Amino acid sequence: MSRVIHKFTTRVPTWRPHITPIDLDSATPAQREALKETPSNTKISDYVLVLAHDPESLRIRTSLFNGIMYDKGGLSREERELGAVAASVVNRCIYCAAVHAQRYNHIVGDEKVMQDIFLRGKEADLVPRVRAILKFAMRLSECPPNVSQDDIQSLREVGLDEQEILDLTLSTTLFGWANRLMHTLGEPVSSH
Amino acid sequence: MTHVIEKAANVPATGPLAEALAMRGKLMDLTQASYEAALLPVDEGQVPASVRAALACRMARICQQAGLSQHYADLLQRYGRDADPYQLAQPGTRPPKEQTRLGAMVAYVDLVTQSPRDATKADIDALTQAGLEEADIVRLAGLVAFVNYQLRVTAVLSVMGENS
Repeated sequence: MSRVIHKFTTRVPTWRPHITPIDLDSATPAQREALKETPSNTKISDYVLVLAHDPESLRIRTSLFNGIMYDKGGLSREERELGAVAASVVNRCIYCAAVHAQRYNHIVGDEKVMQDIFLRGKEADLVPRVRAILKFAMRLSECPPNVSQDDIQSLREVGLDEQEILDLTLSTTLFGWANRLMHTLGEPVSSH
Repeated sequence: MTHVIEKAANVPATGPLAEALAMRGKLMDLTQASYEAALLPVDEGQVPASVRAALACRMARICQQAGLSQHYADLLQRYGRDADPYQLAQPGTRPPKEQTRLGAMVAYVDLVTQSPRDATKADIDALTQAGLEEADIVRLAGLVAFVNYQLRVTAVLSVMGENS
């Protein structure tokens, strides 16, 4: 029996859906169309097969997801992943946090930052730029969202320009979206 | 068609923020298309467009986002005076007990907007027990998740636009 995971980890768990994933063999034409592109161009997961119950939304969402995380220019790849992790920590989406912490670690080649964020959240001991990004993204992910001129100013002070602030906003809020699907339509269980 | 977010956030037409948005023009178009898929879908299932507008308005008010609260109040009004008989657009309201499906939907909207971290399998089971089909649960979850994204993008753009 696999057990549900409640603690943050960089070992990517298995996602167990609460909703029956659609059956590819009996998928409608609209569902097949929506499944042509997958997040981060990975194989079709149970998560995507659950979202395929609403093909109209899924078809657009996947292109938007890939664009926000991978389109060229603006904020660096690792800082977009940092925004994703910050939202996932606030929303306690163990699965999203694991996937995107792992991607962050892979890009920067170090595990210390994520370890500290998982342990201490906003209080993590980080260099000023990383700390400012984390704090902004976590405050934005709360309900109601917190964002003021001071919050924007705190990003400018560590060197983010208008484009980077927009890109950070998109990757952070995209995960407010993803977390609300991933964390409610299923749960993370230990992989074997 | 004008994008809902840029209009609700009152983004200036020129300047550095407008340029940054232009660079992500494709993403802002896809965001608008996601709005249409969530609020004005071709196949609405058992989650009518008028109920979607009322719930979106409720979320915008919970998140204290003025521009989108106004947008969704206007959208709701387009469905007529009786479109929201239980005033679900107003946070804190509940439909009458016999409206089991609506009651379960409102409970999900409130929980997943305010405290998604506390959602468990029991919250999905509650929707099933209230009579929602699996496809409608995914539609509802998609609506809540999208609107929470849209609210936060709008909140940041509003603040960034003030000083441009």
